[in-house]
Amino acid sequence: MPEPVFTPVNLITGFLGSGKTTLLQRLLADPALADTAVLINEFGEVGLDHHLLERIDDTMVLLQSGCLCCTIRGELSMAIRDLHSKRERGTVPRFRRLVVESTGLADPFPILSTVQADPVLRHHFRLGNVITTVDAVNGLGQLARQVECTKQIAVADRLVLTKTDLAEAAAADALVERLGRINPSAPLWRAAEEPIDAEALLSHDLFATAGRSEAARRWFSVELGDGSAEAGDRNRHDESIHAFALAFEGPLDWTLFGLWLSMLLNRHGDRVLRVKGILNVADAAAPVAIHGVQRLVHPPVHMAAWPDDDRRSRLVFIVDGLDRGLIERSLMAFLQAGPQPPAAAFRPSLQPTL
Amino acid sequence: MCSLCGVLGGSGHWTDAAARPGIFTRNVDSPQRRRERAHRIACASRVLAYYGLTLSDWQASSFVLSTATGKTELVEDLGHLWAAAERLLGRPCDPLDPDLIVRLEGSGLHD
Repeated sequence: MPEPVFTPVNLITGFLGSGKTTLLQRLLADPALADTAVLINEFGEVGLDHHLLERIDDTMVLLQSGCLCCTIRGELSMAIRDLHSKRERGTVPRFRRLVVESTGLADPFPILSTVQADPVLRHHFRLGNVITTVDAVNGLGQLARQVECTKQIAVADRLVLTKTDLAEAAAADALVERLGRINPSAPLWRAAEEPIDAEALLSHDLFATAGRSEAARRWFSVELGDGSAEAGDRNRHDESIHAFALAFEGPLDWTLFGLWLSMLLNRHGDRVLRVKGILNVADAAAPVAIHGVQRLVHPPVHMAAWPDDDRRSRLVFIVDGLDRGLIERSLMAFLQAGPQPPAAAFRPSLQPTL
Repeated sequence: MCSLCGVLGGSGHWTDAAARPGIFTRNVDSPQRRRERAHRIACASRVLAYYGLTLSDWQASSFVLSTATGKTELVEDLGHLWAAAERLLGRPCDPLDPDLIVRLEGSGLHD
């Protein structure tokens, strides 16, 4: 039986007027993206000329008494199903990637959850990188006023800073520093100054790079590599949204970890904006990468090999107002509370430097 | 079916990911699935004991969550376990609750 093929879905998000459509226009000009289908929420002033462009209406369905993981945007789900159906019937070209451009005011979570929770879509599509555009002129003000703006940045896998040619250098630098505090792991492009590398922006996602240790090392070194003490200093207490990293020794019990994370996300899912990790799972030969956005956790990826000699489990959180010390203690308490520890001497210990 | 929403095929918690290339799961074959269910019940019971709740297997397809007085709910997977526990208890189940953490720190490997 042939292996199933999952079409990656990229989300382009960003606040109103932050340059989403302009970025999309530049990306679509790249020959590498010739086989990409695009869904957009609204036609703006920037004209897009692409043979696979469809419109979705912006309505959202929260099912009665439903859990948040099943928040499905009905129109988006239907639009993607329709595209899939047309592709299978051969009435549209066989696209190999789908890009969804959201409205500027949208919380990105329901869009991601639609792709992962929809009973049809989840067998044919998988989530790819989330790209967030940030306006260098108005970004700091939007961050101060709009909570959606911060969420869009926190869920990003890639950040694109736009309009840097119009902004004062000092303001742009302050914004970059702020973005680094909210989401230190997302690489940042300055759209006005650098050529856009469509491949790096869209394709190098967790799933695609899990087998490649070089890419995975880069992925983690950003959060954990240099100066972790400095990273702690950056997390000022006056900003409720901040990132932090945990690392711990010894193989962990997958079941206990799943129990803990599902309990944490059930109660605090709207305040855990991101969780990413590489885990040393007891009785698994290779590391396991996990990746979650609010209440949504991607299927865990079995990595081909460890990215480096470090065999510690590592977790990176971006949280809104949650106490880092309590999260550490809670996780350790759960991991030690199992009825059958994987090894007799197993007692995970935190690394004080992180 | 997602037991909260009634959506057919809605279940698909990440701890029960379908076995496919590149995905880590304990859902590969029947013995492994059964072993994982038994271990999961044992682990969850340690935490649920704090709330006076018990968890047991139901036909290797769902779990039965009960209070000490017999109030019972069927839960599909870990994604629904905590929401169901909170409904039965009428109060939140918070892993960051310092009392729960102290209780777990005091149990564990010693018994």
